[in-house]
Amino acid sequence: MKYEIQPTLPPPSSMIGVVGWLRKNLFNGPTNSVATIVVGYFLISFLVPTIQWIFIDSDWVGTSRDACTSGGACWVFIANRLDQFLYGFYPETEHWRPQLAFIIMIGSIIWLVLPQTPKKGLVAILLLVVYPIIAYFLLYGDVFGLPQVETHLWGGLTLTLVLAVVGIVASLPLGIVLALGRQSDMPIVKSVCVTFIEIWRGVPLITVLFMASVMLPLFFPEGMSFDKLLRALIGITLFQSAYMAEVIRGGLQAIPKGQYEAADALGLGYWQKMILVIMPQALKLMIPGIVNTFIALFKDTSLVLIIGLFDVLAIGQAANQDPDWIGYSTESYLFIALLFWVFCFSMSRYSQHLEKKLHTGHGNRA
Amino acid sequence: MNHSHATDKLMVELRDLNKWYGEFHVLKNINLEVKQGEKIVICGPSGSGKSTMIRCINHLEEHQKGDIIVNDIPLNEDIKNIEAIRKDVGMVFQHFNLFPHLTVLENCVLAPIWVKKMPRKEAEAQAMELLERVKIPDQALKYPGQLSGGQQQRVAIARSLCMNPDVMLFDEPTSALDPEMIKEVLDVMIELANEGMTMLCVTHEMGFAKTVADRVIFMDGGQIVEENEPHEFFNNPQHERTQLFLSQILQH
Amino acid sequence: MSSDISNSGHKPDGGSAPQSAPPLSKPKFWNDPKKRSLLFQILLLTALGFVFYTIIENTLTNLEQRGMTTGFDFLSREAGFGIAMSLIDYTEASSYGMTFIVGLLNTILIAVMGIIAATILGFILGVARLSDNWLIAKFSALYIEVFRNIPLLLQIFFWYYAVLRTLPAPRQSIEFLGSFLNNRGLIVPAPVPEDGFGLVIMGFFGAIVASWFIARWSRKRQELTGQQFPVILTSIGLIVGVPLLLFLFSGLPLGLDHPELKGFNFKGGITVIPELMALWLALSIYTAAFIAETVRAGILAVSHGQTEAATALGMSKAKTLRLIVIPQAMRVVIPPLTSQYLNLTKNSSLATAIGYPDLVNVFAGTTLNQTGQAIEVIAMTMAVYLTLSLLTSFFMNWYNARIQLTER
Repeated sequence: MKYEIQPTLPPPSSMIGVVGWLRKNLFNGPTNSVATIVVGYFLISFLVPTIQWIFIDSDWVGTSRDACTSGGACWVFIANRLDQFLYGFYPETEHWRPQLAFIIMIGSIIWLVLPQTPKKGLVAILLLVVYPIIAYFLLYGDVFGLPQVETHLWGGLTLTLVLAVVGIVASLPLGIVLALGRQSDMPIVKSVCVTFIEIWRGVPLITVLFMASVMLPLFFPEGMSFDKLLRALIGITLFQSAYMAEVIRGGLQAIPKGQYEAADALGLGYWQKMILVIMPQALKLMIPGIVNTFIALFKDTSLVLIIGLFDVLAIGQAANQDPDWIGYSTESYLFIALLFWVFCFSMSRYSQHLEKKLHTGHGNRA
Repeated sequence: MNHSHATDKLMVELRDLNKWYGEFHVLKNINLEVKQGEKIVICGPSGSGKSTMIRCINHLEEHQKGDIIVNDIPLNEDIKNIEAIRKDVGMVFQHFNLFPHLTVLENCVLAPIWVKKMPRKEAEAQAMELLERVKIPDQALKYPGQLSGGQQQRVAIARSLCMNPDVMLFDEPTSALDPEMIKEVLDVMIELANEGMTMLCVTHEMGFAKTVADRVIFMDGGQIVEENEPHEFFNNPQHERTQLFLSQILQH
Repeated sequence: MSSDISNSGHKPDGGSAPQSAPPLSKPKFWNDPKKRSLLFQILLLTALGFVFYTIIENTLTNLEQRGMTTGFDFLSREAGFGIAMSLIDYTEASSYGMTFIVGLLNTILIAVMGIIAATILGFILGVARLSDNWLIAKFSALYIEVFRNIPLLLQIFFWYYAVLRTLPAPRQSIEFLGSFLNNRGLIVPAPVPEDGFGLVIMGFFGAIVASWFIARWSRKRQELTGQQFPVILTSIGLIVGVPLLLFLFSGLPLGLDHPELKGFNFKGGITVIPELMALWLALSIYTAAFIAETVRAGILAVSHGQTEAATALGMSKAKTLRLIVIPQAMRVVIPPLTSQYLNLTKNSSLATAIGYPDLVNVFAGTTLNQTGQAIEVIAMTMAVYLTLSLLTSFFMNWYNARIQLTER
């Protein structure tokens, strides 16, 4: 038998190109073909009118509801109230302050997310420690000649971001302490931490917010009054720190035992071991989990409207009640949904990307 | 020296077999005839299409051109034919693929009970007999996760044999095993060969090929490069590609 | 033994007598790890005790100054407010204790309804996400990505304010199948059992018992002879068929109390209030997106080799799914699924934002406002949710332990 090199042939035409793709993905077998047609029909009959309502038959410019005549979505409503959606009742002349705070934050996050930028650690520490202080003075004012803006004027997307960012930044150190405590050998420390974590994780955020707004004032000596926003922030931070602690515990457990043993064998003390060896590795593993809890928190901030704060959803609710614009609540809900969706979806994509990167990293090491 | 059990009946027949993964031509005009009782060892570098070829035989992979006939049943779109062929063809995988949620015994009786509609007692008796043949009857009530790799692979062989197959396909059965476990699996395979089972083995165990194979096939680039009886194949390889492969594999 | 050898090795003069070893100097007590941790724990306890003491002290002073009472006596006082929807008899004259029960029952109702709907929808979407049909897989992915990234509260508001509250008034109700949909809710005919309906119910339970026996018989017969029997189909047939036949032959013994428009509202029938509908829709749709993801992860966790091995053994697609894929996938799915159920129950507390009378709304809302007893009310509310979540985690620990027993 003589061996000769067989030519490489192109696959049969039914396998490739548009026809092959359709056959493989939409019409492989009778059941699938029927399913494709049925689902396709429903999608088209739902999507076409929706797209028409949102984009084609809609009104975009104007100053009052009289501009909305085409029968589609009335985006004029949103456009007229955009400032409120973004800044709440923050004085118009001072809008540059939340804008600046937002730009600094986005800038440093982009710095951290991009793969090739130097000094990530420094930027992260600045963002977690220095930035909240700067942002506080920027937003609240009363220093360097900035006029004071009381927190009851804060609102809209600005307030939503304040709640979420403070919630995550403040719960991080508390979460680390709780997670370390939960892993501790000291029975009292351990049970205190476990109780704390399980209580907050076991109750809905709304009862925590109720508690913060109704019970917190009772806990402190008379005359010590708290701002409503601060009370909400305390509630959110306590609640969030329990979830954060569980994420951090997950990260600590993922570090191989050998790392702890190696650090012990080198004669490092407990805190040296944790700060120099374990935490730097574990933090990397925790980032996807932290991002995921941040997404959950970001969505949950909308609950503050129940205790009377004006986050972006509460602003929308108030706008819907405006007698001049009644009947356009779908538009405002869609707009707010889009705002939340853009933030949450991009964060969840980023965390998935990180997880994938971590997984392959592990694979290579094994 | 091996004693051939081959009869004249054709068990597996591949004619002008072609297969593509997307645009990639993996199998090019494969022609192969396997007689009843014959033992074939297939070797070749990774990516040469050897696994794909035997996976086409029980339709784990779909082929696009050419004919496959197993035990006189043509492998075509007909689901009845595919099911009939799968009942006649047993397969052993590189990673064992035992069902982790079932005990060893349950792994063995699952298909006889649900596919062959065998009474449980009978199926269990037969399974115990086969587990004895692969020398692990005492592990019958354990879960796969409690066994070593070699033991798992022997269970996997017993599980296939429980369906009383006419042909056994082995897809690199020892390459996921630690060296000390390879022998226990090969011993079971050799015993099976001596009992006259028709076997197609993708393996790099050249010792096994020398002892039991009736024919050794070398594949490269999606086609059969060389096909010979073991003595000739190892001592007098015809093609340069085969010589190179053998020199690499026999070095260690 | 190693310590003996090394000891003698270190001391060439051979004196293995204990007194020749360097005297063990006692470490300073703050360097002794045991004492150090004891001290630390005592400090922690003291600090916690001090914090709690201050809080209690402050609270008592504050309560006294505001002239508020404490204790659980308020539970037996008359509530004096009505509740829009109650599963048990409740009037304004009922006690605050009853408002607690009514709220709790309404929370359980919405949780059960939500769990059922979200599970069905979530499983369908999770399987669809892995379909080889491109359109179905992409549709499911789109659903999941859209709904899980939008706050639940926003979705509740959307269904309530933008959809259900904009429905026509009762006089212009949308009518279908004898039911009416308007801005007061969905009004469906109420079934009124007549003589002989008991027979139908008995037939139903009889069919369930019969199915159980058939399942047992068929399992036995299969073990003995290997013959299989279509148990699931027969059971469905029996459970649906027997009551249906009895119902037809006993002369349709079920009356319907049709809702009728009287004045501005409907009389008769059962009214499903829009708050319940909005909450149910939003909770199910939102949670289904998360359940779909856990189902997908569960199926993907069953390696491809498992299906291949089953296929190679000659098992059909349906049998592979039933005997190999589902049992393994469920082990991965059940723990996260339970925590999704818990989340749904906790999220049902958002009911208060649209006025569905759940526990948080009637108890932590109205009752708290009327009695002012914030501490007792919030503690009771939190205790309910806490109990639920502790039960859930006990279940999960038990389940995981059981799985580990049978697999490793």
